[in-house]
Amino acid sequence: MASSGTVTSGEYIKHHLTNLTYGPRPDGSWGFANSSDEAADMGFWAVNVDSLAWSFILGALFLLFFARVAKRITTAAPGMAQGFVEMVIEFIDENVRSSFSGKNDVVAPLALTIFCWIFLMNFMDLIPVDLIPWALSLVGVHFQKVVPSTDPNVTFGMSIGVFLLMIYYSVKVKGLGGFAAELTMHPFEAKNPILKILLLPINFFLEGVGLIAKPVSHSLRLFGNMYAGEMIFILISLMFGSGIILSLAGGTLQFVWAVFHILVITLQAFIFMVLTIVYMDMAHSHH
Amino acid sequence: MNINVTLLWQMVFFIVFVWFSRKFVWAPILGAINERRTTIADGLAAAEKGQQAEEEGRKQAEQFVVQAKAQANEIIGKAEKRGSELVEEAKSTAKDEGERILNSARDEIETELNKAKEALRGQVSELAVAGARQILKKEIDPKAHSELLEQLAAKL
Repeated sequence: MASSGTVTSGEYIKHHLTNLTYGPRPDGSWGFANSSDEAADMGFWAVNVDSLAWSFILGALFLLFFARVAKRITTAAPGMAQGFVEMVIEFIDENVRSSFSGKNDVVAPLALTIFCWIFLMNFMDLIPVDLIPWALSLVGVHFQKVVPSTDPNVTFGMSIGVFLLMIYYSVKVKGLGGFAAELTMHPFEAKNPILKILLLPINFFLEGVGLIAKPVSHSLRLFGNMYAGEMIFILISLMFGSGIILSLAGGTLQFVWAVFHILVITLQAFIFMVLTIVYMDMAHSHH
Repeated sequence: MNINVTLLWQMVFFIVFVWFSRKFVWAPILGAINERRTTIADGLAAAEKGQQAEEEGRKQAEQFVVQAKAQANEIIGKAEKRGSELVEEAKSTAKDEGERILNSARDEIETELNKAKEALRGQVSELAVAGARQILKKEIDPKAHSELLEQLAAKL
């Protein structure tokens, strides 16, 4: 894109940060947005087709590979694929065992899905930023964001999913009263019943903020890290259109940043998984 | 960057994927891992047991060898003793037998001798009577002089 000359840096960046959005147009018909402003105007019922498609493809890839190995699993000496899959499973199992003290056989597969899926979505960041958008532009797709985890819809979708599970298990384990008590009897405690009632709204406000902050921080942490990383890749790729010396410098920078980013994408996937386990543990533990 | 219905779709994917992962990935793989873990643990335990049994068996075998050696030595000692005893017995039996045979031979010789002496005595007395008859002819009556003749024979 930078090579086309007529595009300014600002336009280039903005173009890269626009999703392929499918939604209702102002005239009532449905279609793909032709600019980022148009995409923004489509409102709530628009769909970011690129985010969803990549997220679905990557998740399905992970699950199909693992399920394929699981189907042919043998208790004798494992092959390469099975060895790799078992290594991942044991890694997750160890983490769940060390952080989750309750009894729930959903948490471990939940952690596995989150870790592998987010890792793969983050991994799309290491593919040169222009490669897939350029290839798709040849077949007439004009906007493409290939890293689903740089779309807040995706990260919030997952964190709210975790949040709902957390509420569900809180109510299931502690009962509706127990869960309500947890929200209203802490952090200020009192023995006097009148004082208790007076403290109730304060407690509820503090605990409520804490509760809502969980899915927000959970998803924004991943989104922020991945968005910033993607942004730097875009900025580096701007250098490729500005002479041979800057191009070489850009190539070097891109390599260094990509190597560093291998750490970031793994770490962010890991952090998202560990926080999920911790939240699920909080849902299962009594205070 | 717009929050829209993508979020809800992502939530649906998320829940479906977690369900799928739990049912078709996690359960079978962890089951296999645990199964292998127990198999390996069992194998190791069995190997250790086998080693112990082997050690015990070796010790027992050594004990048996020692016992057998002691028994063999005892048997050899007894056999030697019994052998010498047998030789001694045979020696004394032979000696006794020899003496017995010698004695009986001696007795026989004596009886034979006495018999011969008797016979000789009888013959001499007859000879003497016949000689005297020849000499005296009718004068001597064997019945009247038998006492004298017997005295004569006893002197011979």
